[in-house]
Amino acid sequence: MSELTRKTEELTVLTLSIGKQMLAIPAANLREILDPLPRTRVPGAGNAAPWVLNVRGAVVPLADLGIPLGILDQTSRDAESDARRFVVLEVDIGCDKAIVAILADVVHDVTAIPADKIEPLPAASQFPAGFLTGLYRGSDSFVLLPDLSAIFTTLAQRSAAA
Amino acid sequence: MNDDLTAVFREEIRDLVESLERGLLDLKTRPQDAGLVNQVFRDLHTIKGSGGMFGFVALASFIHDFETAFDRVRSGKAQVTADLIRLGLAARDQIPALLEGAPDPQDIRGSILRALQALTSDPTAVPSMPDLPRLTFCLTGPALALGARPDLVLTELATLGATDIMAVADTMPALADLDPDTCCLTWTMSMPATVGKADIEDVFLFVEAEWTLDMAVNNAPLPGVAVVSADVSAATTASPAPAVSASNEAEATVRVPATRLDTLMDSVGELVTVEARLTELARQSCDPSLIATAELVTRLAGQLRDATIVMRMVPLRSLVARFRRLIHSLSDTLGKPVEFIIKGEETELDKTMIEKLADPLVHILRNALDHGMETPAERQAAGKTGEGRIELSAIHAGGEVLIRVRDDGKGMNPERIRAKAVERGLIQPDAQLSESQIFTLVFEPGFSTAETVTEVSGRGVGMDVVRRTIESLRGSIDVESRLNHGTSVTLRLPLTLAIIDGLLIDVAGEKYTLPLATVQEIVELPAEKSQASLTGDFLDVRGKFVPFVRLRTMFDCDAPLPESQNVVIVEAADGCIGFVVDHIIGTNQTVIKQMSKLHSGARSISGATILGDGTVALIIDVPQLVALARPQGDLVKELAA
Repeated sequence: MSELTRKTEELTVLTLSIGKQMLAIPAANLREILDPLPRTRVPGAGNAAPWVLNVRGAVVPLADLGIPLGILDQTSRDAESDARRFVVLEVDIGCDKAIVAILADVVHDVTAIPADKIEPLPAASQFPAGFLTGLYRGSDSFVLLPDLSAIFTTLAQRSAAA
Repeated sequence: MNDDLTAVFREEIRDLVESLERGLLDLKTRPQDAGLVNQVFRDLHTIKGSGGMFGFVALASFIHDFETAFDRVRSGKAQVTADLIRLGLAARDQIPALLEGAPDPQDIRGSILRALQALTSDPTAVPSMPDLPRLTFCLTGPALALGARPDLVLTELATLGATDIMAVADTMPALADLDPDTCCLTWTMSMPATVGKADIEDVFLFVEAEWTLDMAVNNAPLPGVAVVSADVSAATTASPAPAVSASNEAEATVRVPATRLDTLMDSVGELVTVEARLTELARQSCDPSLIATAELVTRLAGQLRDATIVMRMVPLRSLVARFRRLIHSLSDTLGKPVEFIIKGEETELDKTMIEKLADPLVHILRNALDHGMETPAERQAAGKTGEGRIELSAIHAGGEVLIRVRDDGKGMNPERIRAKAVERGLIQPDAQLSESQIFTLVFEPGFSTAETVTEVSGRGVGMDVVRRTIESLRGSIDVESRLNHGTSVTLRLPLTLAIIDGLLIDVAGEKYTLPLATVQEIVELPAEKSQASLTGDFLDVRGKFVPFVRLRTMFDCDAPLPESQNVVIVEAADGCIGFVVDHIIGTNQTVIKQMSKLHSGARSISGATILGDGTVALIIDVPQLVALARPQGDLVKELAA
């Protein structure tokens, strides 16, 4: 939240789409954007992070943020489109830093958004409030700001308890 | 630079303190061993010497008094007693604090030293000054005739730091009998302790002379010529002076920070991965020169890998010292005298493994002494010797290291463990368990059969930590026990954590690696068994029934079945089990990468590795997969509930 509470400042984000939903990922978390690589399914890993990738010699989990965020519009999700990318991020899982990759159906661009344009999630939203830090109005639709640390920490805890 | 040197010094002191402790504990069992007394003395002496050199004055003066006490023992003026050992260990414990410059408000150090002095002082002896080694030499045979010049020898010795030089003229004949070509004088002098035998040998390299360097001249009469030859043999049989041994060791070994070894291992892991990729590309190119180069790289990478693994190997000895100390003080606290035997402390293991083994072994040893061992009275009632016996042994067996802690205590009572496990809700009252399965219940969280919780153990935390740690090292634990005869706990550990030999298999187009060490054999799956059936599946392997599971089912694969399937038979905790796979790809060097926390729930997977084509293959956790493949236990429980 700290980036968002500094009213006068801007937040630099990478915008991408999962299904038809736009997301904005803080650029501070961004490591690299890769063309799709061969991925390996992990049996018994659940559907939120079902694969691993080889990212420059490191084995990195590949997650689908659409699952924890409850993005129901799954049209065109399984079709391998040319626009699909793997976005490699550095996130906090618990107290540790970890490298994870997420699926993006389309990667748009890097923009700076004024912090005061970010609004809290409406109470009656269909999205899980614990996994979002807020949203803002983009050019043609609203853009979600996922709380990466909360999402991945929860996924790790759920996995450890499985 | 000063920091560097101080770091080296601290490291050296740590080793010396370890060696000192080992020596003291050894002395407890062999108080008459003069070699051990000498070793303790040498360690103390070196600590004092280097402490003074690096400006740790308080340390040097503390050790000096400590050393004085052992000097008395060495010269036969005092005896090695249990009290002396205890004080020695207490004094040893002060060394780290002295190194840190920690204050000593209660004057613990002073009281230790006074006690040491009281214990070793000989009322008739003069309070001692530190004695310098005394060098005695005489020129022999036709040395003078050959042109030897005693004055030059003396000058050279003086430059080494000789002081208090005296000529002994006891054997001077009458003038009429004097042969001017024979030197009848003998010289004695004090040499600084830093001068080793080697330095003196250098002086006498071209001079025919008889000389001795006597370390233990303690107010003794000056040796005359008559005793010189006897002293020569004593000097040569005695261990070399500290300066000499230290310099030899410095040549033989190099200290490297552990992080550098980790970096090297990571790089070698990457290299092995890249090498696999190169080999794959070379194979596809069909270019003979490229293939030859790739083969060369393969060989070199293999050598480099082996060398790196060996470099990371550390003998178990580095751990064992603290265990001896633990047993020593614990057996005092509990009033259970034990003989602690260590076998195979030279057995080597990967250094990360050694670090992680310390806590589990402490737990196991504590348990052996606290729960396993009886009191002397109980032991005598059971017809055993009053002193118990705990043995820690380590051996290499195949690709594994077996570390075993065995005691001759009261053993474990399977009935009591069972009752406790039922009471704790760990098993159902009518569960069918073999004896060894019952014993492994003690590693379940929250299990403890000790009626009283002691300061040492009995809270039921610990043993489950032991199991978790060992499993995280890809090892396993076996427990054997006979009532009234003792218990033995065996830890099976892989030699290295970083790279293993793997068997690459294909399951419905996905690649997995099995640790080759677990693979027993590979057979073809008979055609009539190719379809999954609801009843339990067995395979008849040369008259033995081997249960098998289908990895396609375990891993939820639904690709069409291939024409033929293979069964990889692996060794599990209790017998063999077969894994049905589509086909075998081959063996490979598997550089183990840890799975992320997001995948800690994938229990059947212990890690991942990167293949030659850059894709990731998962490493199957055989014991976990075997456990997952055995849902019958739960079914039995459910039916019973």
